[in-house]
Amino acid sequence: MTLLIVQLLNGVQLGLLLFLIAAGLTLVFGVMDFINLAHGVQYMLGAYLGVAFFGMTGSFWLALVLAAGAAGAAGLVLEWLVFRHLYGRDHLDQVLATFGVIMALNEGVRVIWGAAPLEMPMPEVLSGSFQLMPGLRYPFYRVALIVAGLGVAGGLAWAVNRTRVGMLVRAGTSNAVMVSALGVDIERLFRGVFGVGAVLAGFAGVLAAPLVAVEPAMGDNLLILAFVVIVIGGVGAIRGAFVAAVLVGLVDTVGRTLVTDAVRVALGASGAARVGPAVASMLIYLVMAAVLAVRPAGLFPAARGA
Amino acid sequence: MRRLVPVVLFAVLAAVPFLPLGQEANFVLLLVSRVMVFGLAALSLDLLLGVGGMVSFGHAAYLAIGAYAVAVLDANDITDVGVVLAVAMGAAGVFALATGAIALRTRGVNFIMITLAFAQMVFFAFGALSAYGGDDGYSLAARNTVLGWPLLKGRGYYWACLAVLVVAYLLCRMLAASRFGRALRAVKQNPARAAAMGFNPVALQLVAMVVGAMLCSVAGVLLANGAEFVSPAYGTWQRSGDLLIMVILGGAGSLHGAIFGSAFVLLLEEGLGRATEHWRLVFGPLLVLCVIFFRGGLAGIGGRRG
Repeated sequence: MTLLIVQLLNGVQLGLLLFLIAAGLTLVFGVMDFINLAHGVQYMLGAYLGVAFFGMTGSFWLALVLAAGAAGAAGLVLEWLVFRHLYGRDHLDQVLATFGVIMALNEGVRVIWGAAPLEMPMPEVLSGSFQLMPGLRYPFYRVALIVAGLGVAGGLAWAVNRTRVGMLVRAGTSNAVMVSALGVDIERLFRGVFGVGAVLAGFAGVLAAPLVAVEPAMGDNLLILAFVVIVIGGVGAIRGAFVAAVLVGLVDTVGRTLVTDAVRVALGASGAARVGPAVASMLIYLVMAAVLAVRPAGLFPAARGA
Repeated sequence: MRRLVPVVLFAVLAAVPFLPLGQEANFVLLLVSRVMVFGLAALSLDLLLGVGGMVSFGHAAYLAIGAYAVAVLDANDITDVGVVLAVAMGAAGVFALATGAIALRTRGVNFIMITLAFAQMVFFAFGALSAYGGDDGYSLAARNTVLGWPLLKGRGYYWACLAVLVVAYLLCRMLAASRFGRALRAVKQNPARAAAMGFNPVALQLVAMVVGAMLCSVAGVLLANGAEFVSPAYGTWQRSGDLLIMVILGGAGSLHGAIFGSAFVLLLEEGLGRATEHWRLVFGPLLVLCVIFFRGGLAGIGGRRG
């Protein structure tokens, strides 16, 4: 029981981290119809910049702000250098070009910081843990991650649904040409959305840095998870991304344990050792295939014009 | 004139073993066989992508399925290439049929991502096969035999790769020119119109997926025999990305372009890899530049886009 609660919390925490990455990805895709595989390296860049700024300033919070900002700036540079040439092109061209960006940046990070994983300490204030219930302690840092994720989700939901810029973003998702014809500088809107997405990914990278190994290609697996999230949630929808992110986070942590247990019951201990991990790793992809088989456009597809 | 390009290509490939290569002979033959094997895999992807308009981001799964057919049968002392090919193609075909039927319910980015999801499942499933080395992979006891003869050794392997590639190329060529191929291209251009003409778009695309999968599994069988080693790494999503790069750089839809693409990517990798271990730092930006400035691929040089 206590294990299940820890798993639930960890699942929500992973889900919210995924949401930070998926939110930018789904907005960029929704508004610009642009598949950015390089979104994962922006998360990686955030983590590395966080470590670097921490080394310079000695303060986690300063590093968080500086790294998120720098990741956003790096995103805008990439947009200016590469991505703006790819709007309106085939999805395939976008996949390939951003795949090239992944290769270059993964290798670039390896050249600058080396292939060995780096470590990022937790901020002093949050390094402890507290008593959740008798016999169960939970680290403050993970709670802080959950709070930060929920805060960003709330802020984004407000910005997209209640502000003028958010209205333009929603309008751009449903019909970018029409928005542009109505006199909105759509390129500037694109860049803005892109910058926000890059900042969020960088922010997620710094937040995750104390919990994971900061190493080249750390963004690759998360990128795939983030894509699973936006496809399950329905492309272009913040609400869908949020629901799907938490779902994927929960399935990947709680589901992993439950499936391993279920397999153990069904096949016995020796069978479980062999089959369990495989089924557990496949679980989120099974969920995704199941969702798409029933709802080919995802759970909450954004309304799209012609 | 342009019709001669594939003929010249195969003539050059057939002439390579007769070149006075001296000490480098074994190395060159190995490299060129690798080009041909990946050329075969890329060719099979081009059938889906270039002819059928399906952007599959999970094609490496079929490489892995073919390779694991070799490994599993090898562990059971079955090395006859006929049996191996039958098992590999059968497994790949069934997998493509089952997953394709679900994947083809989706369009656009969701299709890209669901094919990726299925390939990830295969990747994790093979990683869990502890009887065959799990993540570490499995070393073959011996290469496959042809009717009891160890023909897949030394130059025999080279000729086998070339023969399979030529046969596969002619088969794809025939398919693309047939009534089936024309109907498939009609579906690619406009599924609704093709359906109105009495074709079943999903059935046509599904057949193309199954044929492509079976051909690619043959490439997997050859790859495993060349390396005498099989691991889940055959089916990583980055490998699927590599295959896409080969097809696009070669010129999607031209079929022989896929072989050029394979040669271009692998030879460039080899050349850059000799100059610096950080060759990806050069290759990535090069890929981006190719996509942005170089539409139509290698096969499109000197002629209109096919």
